[in-house]
Amino acid sequence: MPNFVMSYLDPSVTGTPGAAGSQFWALIYVFIIFTGVSVAVMAMNWLERKALAHFQIRLGPMRVGPHGLLQPIADAIKLALKEDIIPAEADQFVFWVAPLIGLLAAFAVYVVIPFGPSQAVSDMNIGILFMLGVSSLGVLGIVVAGWASNSHYPLIGALRSSAQMVSYEVAMGLAVVSAILMTSMNASGTGTLSMIGIVQAQQQQGIWFIFKFFPLGFIAFGIFAIAMVAETNRAPFDMAEAESELTAGYHTEYSGLRWSLFMLAEYAAMISVSAIAITLWLGGWMRPFPNLLHAPAWDFIFSLFPGLTFLGLAAIAFIGTVRMPAHSFFRIQRAGLAAFAAVLGFIALLLLVIAVAGRSADASLAARFNQGIGYVYWFVLKVAVFMYLFIWYRATWPRYRFDQLMRIGWKVMLPIALGVLMLTAIVGVMVS
Amino acid sequence: MTVYNDDTANDVSVRTPSRLDPETPEKPYLDSNELIINMGPQHPATHGVLRVILKLDGEKVLGTECIIGYLHRGVEKIAENRTYTMFNPYVDRMDYVAAVSNGLGYCEAVEKLMNVEAPPRAKYIRVILTELNRIASHQLWLGTHALDIGAMTPLFYTFRDREEILKIFEKYCGARLTTHAFRIGGCQYETYAGFEKDVKNFLTFVAPKIDEYEELLTTNRIWLERTKNVGVISAADAIALGVTGPVLRASGVKWDLRKAQPYAAYSDFEFDIPIGENGDTYDRYLVRMAEMRQSLRIIEQAVNKIPEGPIMGKVPKVIKPPVGEIYHSIEAPKGELGYFIVSDGSTQPYRLRVRPPSFVNLQALDIMVRGLLVADVIAVIGTIDIVLGEVDR
Repeated sequence: MPNFVMSYLDPSVTGTPGAAGSQFWALIYVFIIFTGVSVAVMAMNWLERKALAHFQIRLGPMRVGPHGLLQPIADAIKLALKEDIIPAEADQFVFWVAPLIGLLAAFAVYVVIPFGPSQAVSDMNIGILFMLGVSSLGVLGIVVAGWASNSHYPLIGALRSSAQMVSYEVAMGLAVVSAILMTSMNASGTGTLSMIGIVQAQQQQGIWFIFKFFPLGFIAFGIFAIAMVAETNRAPFDMAEAESELTAGYHTEYSGLRWSLFMLAEYAAMISVSAIAITLWLGGWMRPFPNLLHAPAWDFIFSLFPGLTFLGLAAIAFIGTVRMPAHSFFRIQRAGLAAFAAVLGFIALLLLVIAVAGRSADASLAARFNQGIGYVYWFVLKVAVFMYLFIWYRATWPRYRFDQLMRIGWKVMLPIALGVLMLTAIVGVMVS
Repeated sequence: MTVYNDDTANDVSVRTPSRLDPETPEKPYLDSNELIINMGPQHPATHGVLRVILKLDGEKVLGTECIIGYLHRGVEKIAENRTYTMFNPYVDRMDYVAAVSNGLGYCEAVEKLMNVEAPPRAKYIRVILTELNRIASHQLWLGTHALDIGAMTPLFYTFRDREEILKIFEKYCGARLTTHAFRIGGCQYETYAGFEKDVKNFLTFVAPKIDEYEELLTTNRIWLERTKNVGVISAADAIALGVTGPVLRASGVKWDLRKAQPYAAYSDFEFDIPIGENGDTYDRYLVRMAEMRQSLRIIEQAVNKIPEGPIMGKVPKVIKPPVGEIYHSIEAPKGELGYFIVSDGSTQPYRLRVRPPSFVNLQALDIMVRGLLVADVIAVIGTIDIVLGEVDR
């Protein structure tokens, strides 16, 4: 068993995560990712409400737990306990199965997302193709939900969503292809569709693809970044659930647990498309400047980041504890926040200890843990930046109209994506 | 009626072809592809209890039918059973986001009927409060309009700043929304100590805030796409339908009762009437934003030269206008708010009829949205700036 752990954490066994272990480890990863993403969705729920509130000069949730930290849990309990309503006119089976389709599609993408060179469920050799295919399935859940509700607003929402999907998948796919073209800029001249391979190609070429053939990589990334917002039905492209127009769009008739499954799928999809953008253009799990600043001292400095981040969070929580009003009403909240600060501080300490203990580049367990934590940390940090952008968009922009969105997809983004693809190919041939 | 004399006044050049023409080809309403959607009365974006029946071809609007009356309280009938003084608070409940304007219109109408005049100081107080209320009304319009189009944040900015106006109202007369600020013949309350300072502070506070709203929206690409050439109404159509207020002015008609038929103390102040060109949603937005700035100008002048003196004119204890009838209208934030009062010489109006701007402007909805998409219906309902309390009365 320890050998399994050792071999699995070994970054030299790259490209074949499954080889180290077997399906057993894949199962473990599936479990970790499922819980991890679910927790991330809850955290995201809280963060979105808080960040959005602060954009809008509000406080957001403040009552359930210190600074509303327990709000997602309260919400989850509330939603789970709500009456399960299926409209009488609805197609019962399809109505029941629709949120599951969305959820399945959102979570299946995580199979190919690499959190590190060997920290992935599987290294499919057609990983990116799998991603494009499965993430497109998410719209099926929406369309089916809109149809099964047997109601006008959900139907229009579903139609909008499918039209949106058709308009954006093409440009998105072309942007992805231009990134794949870049992976073939090596000695052998062969590219890869494997998600892990794409990150490794960036490492070998010593450049994130967003900066490759500047500005071609940047434009392709921009197209993907716009298309992924449309793909996840988020503002300013949230016309499928446009509250002011269609009350709630495709999930108007849904409530309780089923509704929460849609939300879970939406946020999981947001995380997964961000993860894909990061993998393709922003160096995936790589820390900044892995080739330029590759001395062991730099490795050590960068490996301190996870611990320091948690230390910072613990400090914020601690300051919050101290600044809480002295009134006895806040006694429990203060204790709770102090405990939260203590937990964060403990995690920070643990991470720092691992960073110090594993600073040598040998094959000790600590060193491997240290590396693994580093990969996951940088990956999650990049995803978090994207999540913040999603919230920022929502706070700032009005909503596009349905036909305008289609026009942008077909008349603006598609030609640009095609042009970038051709130019990337031409420049690539000329360079090599 | 006198017409405001200016070189561009009432230049009703039809910039866009009339959509009232019968020549406009009608889609067959019994097409099998059409979808009928009942929007409202419970809908997040109908600004209350407006019910719109949309006939859709896909998402394209073939026709609309507004069904109103969900908020009908019979205000006009109530007036017949109340004395003039007792009816005064009821008018606040019509356009409840611009209650001060309603009160001003009613009080001035009765004063005109009785042939009394409010003293200058009362008139200035009225102007200050009414213009503050205009800003508050436009802020509320902006917030909800932007929310309808999908921008959530301006709503909170405008409500934050509107709060300052409501605070002034509260300090002045004790109420924030349904203020009942004026009385027939003047004002009941003298300004509180520090009123002028509060108003001046507000002026310096809110001017940069209006820039802040504009920063978020005016040059925003999505905002432009959502509002330009959406809900276009030509000047001729607007006049034909009796549309007034910012909606009319955005179509290029320079018609503002504050200039055209000056009431209260408006003839003492210098201000411009902002007008638009295309009569689309974006122009209406710009006109209202400019109007807020003009209101600031008026308030500043009024506060600086507010005269001393009594605040109540010579009115008898029991209001008993002579037999006769009167129509008096003012420029409310949403358009021409008129009161037609028939007096039979008793203490109660024989008949009182309100000409509410929202009700008349709402008629333009159908020709504004025909041929557009569902999303535009929401934008247009927002841009007409209706308050259902006033539509239904």
